[in-house]
Amino acid sequence: MAEKKEILLSIQNLSFSFDTQRGVVNAVRDISLDIRKGETLTLVGESGCGKSVTAHAINQLNPMPPGKVDHGKIMFRGTDLLTLKRHEIEKLRGTQISMIFQEPMTALNPVFTVGTQIADVFMTHQHMTKQEAMERTIDLFKLVKIPAPERRVNSYPHQLSGGMRQRAMIAMALASPEPGLMIADEPTTALDVTIQAQILDLLNDLKHKIEMSILLITHDMGVVAEMADRVVVMYAGRKVEEADVFSIFETPRHPYTLGLLNSLPSNTKYKNARRLEAITGTVPDMRTIGAGCPFENRCAYASQKCGQEFPAETVLSESHSVWCHNYHMVKEG
Amino acid sequence: MIKHILKRLALLIPTLFGVITLVFLMIALAPGDPARVMLGERANAEQIAQLRAELGLDKPLIQQYGLYLSRVVRLDLGKSIATGQQIAREIADRFPATIELAWYAMIFATIVGMLLGVTSAIRRNTWVDYTTMGGALVGVSMPVFWLGLVLIMVFSVWLNLLPTGGRMNIRYYFTPITNFYVLDGIILWIKEGTPKYLWSAIQHLLLPTIALGTIPLAIIARTTRSSMLEVLQQDYIKTARSAGIREKRVIYRYALKNALLPVITVIGLQFGLLLSGAILTETVFSWPGIGRWIYISIGARDYPAVQGGIIFISTFFVLINLAVDILYSVVNPKIRLQ
Ligand SMILES: Nc1ncnc2c1ncn2[C@@H]1O[C@H](COP(=O)(O)OP(=O)(O)O)[C@@H](O)[C@H]1O
Ligand code: SF4
Ligand SMILES: [Mg+2]
Repeated sequence: MAEKKEILLSIQNLSFSFDTQRGVVNAVRDISLDIRKGETLTLVGESGCGKSVTAHAINQLNPMPPGKVDHGKIMFRGTDLLTLKRHEIEKLRGTQISMIFQEPMTALNPVFTVGTQIADVFMTHQHMTKQEAMERTIDLFKLVKIPAPERRVNSYPHQLSGGMRQRAMIAMALASPEPGLMIADEPTTALDVTIQAQILDLLNDLKHKIEMSILLITHDMGVVAEMADRVVVMYAGRKVEEADVFSIFETPRHPYTLGLLNSLPSNTKYKNARRLEAITGTVPDMRTIGAGCPFENRCAYASQKCGQEFPAETVLSESHSVWCHNYHMVKEG
Repeated sequence: MIKHILKRLALLIPTLFGVITLVFLMIALAPGDPARVMLGERANAEQIAQLRAELGLDKPLIQQYGLYLSRVVRLDLGKSIATGQQIAREIADRFPATIELAWYAMIFATIVGMLLGVTSAIRRNTWVDYTTMGGALVGVSMPVFWLGLVLIMVFSVWLNLLPTGGRMNIRYYFTPITNFYVLDGIILWIKEGTPKYLWSAIQHLLLPTIALGTIPLAIIARTTRSSMLEVLQQDYIKTARSAGIREKRVIYRYALKNALLPVITVIGLQFGLLLSGAILTETVFSWPGIGRWIYISIGARDYPAVQGGIIFISTFFVLINLAVDILYSVVNPKIRLQ
């Protein structure tokens, strides 16, 4: 990669738990990650591994209680977001940090037109009349390539297709004077493949037009291949591998990353992703995880040490780290 | 939308037809001879035969039914046996009193109920929530007449703050204009420059409104709470928050409008049920409305009056449901835009 840009967001040793009736769920444990300006960082891992909780911690969208920050900092443009009061974080939401969600069907309010909802974001953050806000919304619809935008702003969500709804969601996330960070939580998971490709293209396109950073959450290595500059692999609340996108596909060092790559169809641009045995077994119960490596019960490389302590970071290169006792055994071929 | 409303209007006809038939059968098939029951023990055979002829009871049932139907369709509900007055007239005279009471009871129940429901939902599992919902539970299980009597006991008898019954201070020699006394009070304030009529009307309304409104209030509060709790879990609420919409607006605009759908249905139903609650409330507070009139008519075995009263209340109930349905489709674009 070219010269390193300034860090926009830095999550430092974040631990987040939920105190539920059936026990404490340690959803996120000691996660750190940096997002640089104009960069796309993908957070990848199976469903339930804590991706959304990590992302929602950034703009305080996790329900608290039962959620609770146990440890850590989230630095954004010089402030620790975790220390902000509600009205302070509200000012950042939708202006400097915006979000799009997985389910475009349920993520838009069914009883307001999409135009009204987006115009409301403009009016919340900038002094604008409803008229001006609507005009800006139409401009945004053009930007995200919604056809017939003048008519579409007056549509209700149920009148739009899934792809159009997701474009409207993206437009909403852009309804800001200075978009800085866009958090996209599985933005294409609910869409079919062709629409998925169009939405990913749109996001890539926008990223270059507007200098924004994207935190993209997905469980699909195909999406990672399309979008990522850098990749953080999560498993059961832990970061297990972090690297630039090329290293992840060319020289993965964590057994779980290998398993994820295995789920990729071979026709992607990363041809030499080896075919290994599928990951068997299930994710451990987050309430009862011990001190060891959480992947142990499913790992083909596990040794005695694995059950006793979580592995420390091994720095493989300037842009590649792994958290595995036996990473040296995980080699290509 | 218009098609939807027309469809609902068309459905109204069989419903009302059913109500009229039921009310007819209820009396016609009731055990015993209505004429005898009406006239009491000491009536002689001749008198009874005469009343039977008058009421058409000597004709075959099916013919009675045909006659009854044709009269009701022409809005002729017959004459009251007790007063000899046209029943339609009696209802028209008393209707404003009932509507006025029901209206304020409903406003009271809706505003306070929704406020409590929303507050409970956003303060879920705090003492605010527990107190409100505990109160609501007591509220729904309270018999209306008992609550009415307690209110009279406390506010009229012990504290001597409010009147025990009626609609207006009788010493004011007040002649109603619209028969809606609050409205009349305002008109008279403008015309005669004294707010005393308005003030008296409000004083008389207060206790019956609370008595009649408490059950719907409790039900509306509970419905609002559970509906809000469900809506607040939805993705679009998170979307609104993630876009920086202020929390107050998220709750009172983005969430409440969605939560309103089941609440509107419940409000409509309660408004309809209110009319039956009105029978008890009006009786306890000597409120000269339809409810008290039906109660008295039942006591007087005035069958035609009871029939007319029930048909009227049922029709009103059905119409309110229609209004609710229309309102529902206005709030819910999925129905509106079908
Ligand atoms: N509101 C909540 N209450 C309790 N547990 C939660 C809550 N939200 C998430 N969790 C738990 O946190 C863990 C991580 O969830 P999440 O971050 O949503 O996973 P994903 O990686 O699929 O986005 C899961 O075990 C989930 O059950
Ligand atoms: S630490 Fe052990 S159990 Fe965990 S991934 Fe590495 S080899 Fe497998
Ligand atoms: Mg998720």
